[in-house]
Amino acid sequence: MSDTTVLAPQEHFATIEQQAHAARLGMWVFLASEVLLFGAIIALFTSYQVHYPDAFRQGVDHNTKLLGSINTGVLLTSSTAVACSVHALRAGKRRLAGLLVAATIALGAVFLVIKLTEYAKHFHEGIYPGGAGSFFQVHHARGLPEFWTLYFGMTGLHALHVTIGLTVLGVLLSRIMRAELGAASAHRLELGAIYWHLVDVIWIFLWPLLYLA
Amino acid sequence: MTEATYLNARTTIRSWVLTTDHKRIGILYLVTLIFALVLGGFFAMALRIEHLTPGHTVMTAMTYNRSFTLHGVIMVWIFMIPSIPASFGNFLLPIMVGAKDVAFPRLNLLSYYLFITGTVMVLVSMFVGGIDTGWTFYPPYSSSTPTAIPTALLGVFVIGFSTILTGLNFVVTTHTMRHEGLGWMKLPLFVWAIYATSIIQVLATPVLGMVLLLVVLDNSLHWGFFDPARGGDPVLYQHLFWFYSHPAVYIMILPGMGVVSEVVATFARKNLYSYRAIAYSSFGLAFVGFLTWGHHMFVAGMSTFDAGAFGVLSMLVAIFSAIKVFNWTWTLKGGAVALKTPLLYVFAFLFLFVFGGMTGVAVAAMSLDVHWHDTYFVVAHFHFIMVGGTLTAFLAAIHYWFPKITGRMYSERLGLLSAALVFAGFFVTFFPQFLLGNAGMPRRYYDYPPQFQPLHIVSTAGSWVLATGLLITAIYLGHALFRGHRAGDNPWGSRSFEWRTTSPPPTHNFHATPPFDIDPYDYTQPLPGTDDDPAAEKEAA
Repeated sequence: MSDTTVLAPQEHFATIEQQAHAARLGMWVFLASEVLLFGAIIALFTSYQVHYPDAFRQGVDHNTKLLGSINTGVLLTSSTAVACSVHALRAGKRRLAGLLVAATIALGAVFLVIKLTEYAKHFHEGIYPGGAGSFFQVHHARGLPEFWTLYFGMTGLHALHVTIGLTVLGVLLSRIMRAELGAASAHRLELGAIYWHLVDVIWIFLWPLLYLA
Repeated sequence: MTEATYLNARTTIRSWVLTTDHKRIGILYLVTLIFALVLGGFFAMALRIEHLTPGHTVMTAMTYNRSFTLHGVIMVWIFMIPSIPASFGNFLLPIMVGAKDVAFPRLNLLSYYLFITGTVMVLVSMFVGGIDTGWTFYPPYSSSTPTAIPTALLGVFVIGFSTILTGLNFVVTTHTMRHEGLGWMKLPLFVWAIYATSIIQVLATPVLGMVLLLVVLDNSLHWGFFDPARGGDPVLYQHLFWFYSHPAVYIMILPGMGVVSEVVATFARKNLYSYRAIAYSSFGLAFVGFLTWGHHMFVAGMSTFDAGAFGVLSMLVAIFSAIKVFNWTWTLKGGAVALKTPLLYVFAFLFLFVFGGMTGVAVAAMSLDVHWHDTYFVVAHFHFIMVGGTLTAFLAAIHYWFPKITGRMYSERLGLLSAALVFAGFFVTFFPQFLLGNAGMPRRYYDYPPQFQPLHIVSTAGSWVLATGLLITAIYLGHALFRGHRAGDNPWGSRSFEWRTTSPPPTHNFHATPPFDIDPYDYTQPLPGTDDDPAAEKEAA
């Protein structure tokens, strides 16, 4: 299928524009739902933060600001790359679009590696969810287990979304490379890109809560 | 007659279980929902029988706890939440917007199978330890009970996923699939109701999903999100739970209100008094519904100021509901009212919903709620809304759209009889529970002092009348499914869009899409090309 092919819409749509509009709106509605999903656990986190300001201060200070900030930079860069890839594909630059998506995936993988390194460090120090581990025999601040449990819950759920996003982008990349996606079907890549931006936006909220606050 | 319909287009089992036709998916939901209603009803009957005498009657206290939990879980999440949107919404919404299908047909099928998966998980939990927390799953008990909490809660989580995807599909369908010339203000009000419901489904359900996952982690891995021993706060669970579960009440009642609007206009043969007021008040309810969750927690250590604020916000619900009720009654006034079964159910709805709604305003006042909290008064209140509201609307919908879906007609006499039985049975079951609650009978208690027995006996007797009414309904509808006489395309003479195609509709809904130039509630002129022609009517008379 070359880039100039006019796509036929699915049977129940009148035009391909209508189909693309529906798909895009569907993704936005889905993201609204995702925002509420994370909203619930963030609300829980901030409530406990008000309950236990000292313990949460300790928890935030224990995290490595540098690693968290590098990861923020990595994710923001990846989001820029995927946004550019949509424009490239729309402009018919399929090769460039493929490269940009590949860069997005590489940066997403870097994010996960850094995140897992942090997890390894926590486990090494005896920090586990649910107040388990040797760390909590030394540090007794009330509410400290809540901080770390929520930390693992929030970042774990976010990492799951990163992994799903990487899978989606991987499928899209293979379809770009096989020339199944082109200028006419750039909206399909856009859907993956919008999802990736959500992953990014959520991290923008997790970063100050868990590393900077 | 060999007219091509969505029913006879293909008849293999495969063509049903793998269908992407919104109408067939609606039917699959309907069958599953009726199964859930029967199962949840079975537990309800068992609970009522247990309460015939104080102390042990037919089951142990443990069985009682598991029964009321399963009754609640099945009725709320497997019957009530999906009930009207997933079945009638699926069947009708695309037709009402003049589309061939929902925006994402395969996603629609996926929603159904997620629903089935979640339902099976909840049912499996019955056999691998049961659950005894009540349908609200409050920690710290739910995070420590050794019963099958993870299986059941993950089941509800999966059902929630199905709810979100269905809502998403309906929102996108309403926005992008409307036929040319069909503006928002020309849509049948059922579409508005389902749309408002879908918004709540998409925005509230993920919060429930999150909070249930956390309880599963608490219960299975002892992470302690809500465990006081680890610094957790069980009251925060209640906040998050009701942030979903109060809007969920509007997921249950708004589609019912959509049904009522359709039925009232059709059987009064009149334009609705104020289309806009009914349409917008659905959004009013959806919005206010998000701001009232605190009224479930007046006795959970809430400050008087917060309780007052939540009380006032909760009372706003009554205003939006009253706008609708006054509109419906004013539409009926002076209409050419035909008292058919669907309309009789709507009358039951109006009475029970207003009654339940008024008691809702009462329990929204903190001073009164402190007395009634966790008593049978609250049980009676929400059953008036959920059963008296949603179930009667569901039954009205089944009868109203039976000829649309099957092309056949049921026995009107048996319909009216069973509607009367359902109404009487319901009222006799639940009205005594207001008195019981006011006298101090707590909810979810296995035992009670002997002075409460007479009212419990009346309540149980009522439940048998209710069950008899539903049983008769099942029998004559089952009979009509195969033996009912042909109904014709538009037996009620309705103007709404779903009646402007054949009954049952063809696979792509319309043989040739009709021009939507006559409004769905415009009874001032005959509908060309249908049975509803003045000439034909004169002949029949």
